[in-house]
Amino acid sequence: MQTDTSLEKSLGSKIAGYAAIVAVVLIIGAPLYWILITSLKDRPDIYVQPATWWPNPFRPQNYAAVNSEVPFMLYVRNSVLITVILTVVEVTLGIFSAYALAFLRFPGRNLLFLVILASLMVPNQITVISNYALVAGLGWRNTFQGIIIPLAGVAFGAFLMRNHFLSLPFEIIEAARMDGARPMKMLFRVVLPMSWPTVVAFTLITIVAEWNQYLWPFLMADTEATAPLPVGLTLLQNNEGLTNWGPVMAGTVLTMLPILVIFLFLQRQMIKGLTSGAVKG
Amino acid sequence: MSAPPLRAHGSSSTDEAGGRSAPPSASSGGGAQQKAPRPWGEWLLAVALLAPNLILLIIFTYRPLLDNIRLSFYNWNISSPRARFIGLDNYREWFTARDTGIIVWNTVVFTVATVIGSLVLGLLLAFLLDQKLRGRNFVRSLVFAPYVISGAAIGVAFQFVFDPNFGLIRDLLLRIGQTVPDFYQNPTWAMVMVTTTYIWKNIGYTFVIYLAALQARRVELDEAAEIDRASALTKFWRVTLPQLRPTTFFLSVTVLLNSVQVFDIINVMTRGGPVGNGTTTMVFQVYQETFVNSRAGYGATVATIMFLVLLAITLFQVRVMDRKDM
Repeated sequence: MQTDTSLEKSLGSKIAGYAAIVAVVLIIGAPLYWILITSLKDRPDIYVQPATWWPNPFRPQNYAAVNSEVPFMLYVRNSVLITVILTVVEVTLGIFSAYALAFLRFPGRNLLFLVILASLMVPNQITVISNYALVAGLGWRNTFQGIIIPLAGVAFGAFLMRNHFLSLPFEIIEAARMDGARPMKMLFRVVLPMSWPTVVAFTLITIVAEWNQYLWPFLMADTEATAPLPVGLTLLQNNEGLTNWGPVMAGTVLTMLPILVIFLFLQRQMIKGLTSGAVKG
Repeated sequence: MSAPPLRAHGSSSTDEAGGRSAPPSASSGGGAQQKAPRPWGEWLLAVALLAPNLILLIIFTYRPLLDNIRLSFYNWNISSPRARFIGLDNYREWFTARDTGIIVWNTVVFTVATVIGSLVLGLLLAFLLDQKLRGRNFVRSLVFAPYVISGAAIGVAFQFVFDPNFGLIRDLLLRIGQTVPDFYQNPTWAMVMVTTTYIWKNIGYTFVIYLAALQARRVELDEAAEIDRASALTKFWRVTLPQLRPTTFFLSVTVLLNSVQVFDIINVMTRGGPVGNGTTTMVFQVYQETFVNSRAGYGATVATIMFLVLLAITLFQVRVMDRKDM
């Protein structure tokens, strides 16, 4: 990667560009490849010197072992459940909040927008202690509502959608208003049909954020009844880490895979959402 | 990608802080200014649409923020219902404790290293890949991919990548005749391990934003520099880098705020160790004091101090970004 002096001419710049590509493939690709092949290696094959770069023999059994060492399929179920519910709730609340802030007239609108926006400045670390006491006091530890409800408020998405709504062509909104469209009908018939790309970006960043959510579920869930994948992976690592990397790497691959598959198909929209000025999802 | 992140961020803070209701651009959003035909109906609808979200944010963001500040004046075991008021004792302890210096230092090292690492590598890659190259789209996806992966999963995976006995790094170092440092037991190398891991996850973000900024900047300046026959390196320092200044500022604050708050990677890879506080940052200390050492009052104190620092940084960012030249 130390090739920046060779940018002198266009040929040099091309060479530097390809050197960068090779460097990326090695630095980003090699660890991912290493994780993947380890998950497919037989146990003795992992603990061999020097390391082998191709599984021999090829052993998909680690993926079965994952589920026998810990109830991995339950973590998958919990992750799917938590992510789906939170995404539906957050996207709905975000669109509703943004619609009210962008199109409805009511006293205190700017103040309420500020209340929503300023919550982005509050880091999770300062809210967990008190929230933990509150939720534990309700007897909600190791429950889905205990994990989901405190995470369901949406600030960044509301901000993203509001900015988008304000950028919509004024004439169309006005025409619908003149036609006497009621506000909710206008949201579903006029505003949302012009907003799908932003809604998709908002949905995708919510899915990524909630699938990868760690600190709060880690504090809330210590059994397989409600723990999502990242927390379950930590429990698997506690059981097997260092001594049996095969199943741990298989669990890691399974945790990464769903998001990477979504990313593969919808990366343009995902990048749009994730880079639209977010501090957190 | 089409909308530069800076624009959205900057404009919002400008018009809201100023209390103006004008939409960000003159040609849009006029719907908000239209007179409502049914004011009461609209008011009720607005309440119905906003209330659930506002209630959630108030109960689970603002209430605990204030409660956390209150708790920082108490001696409290999180599982006990009773807390004892001790005034500023927690703060006094924080300012005099021997751990504090190490933990603040770790936080600064981790944060500064990830900010510099992510920005320099992201910019370098964006600059080198901002040209017609075969496989450019594939590489762009590859660089961004780690950013969407769970930090906990990356932490577990990289614990194995850095395994001093059987890991990838060891294998690579042995192949070039080097010995492998003890990433697990040596605090300095453990810090290198968690920092590298987080930079690896984060480059995609800085890369994509720098790339968008490079593609959006004015090319005439480049051409002018070309006529001047400035060398590529001079051009980079004199033309490109100053053009990217707002992006660099935005990214350094954003990456800083995010990396100060990293918990998953540290919890999974080192649990704050080795040797006591090897990689304990302030966020990890909040967790450890509150939930492991059962000293929630002290944990709340560390969290409050952290929050005040982050708030100051955020307000500084808002002020700078409102300036004309940013």
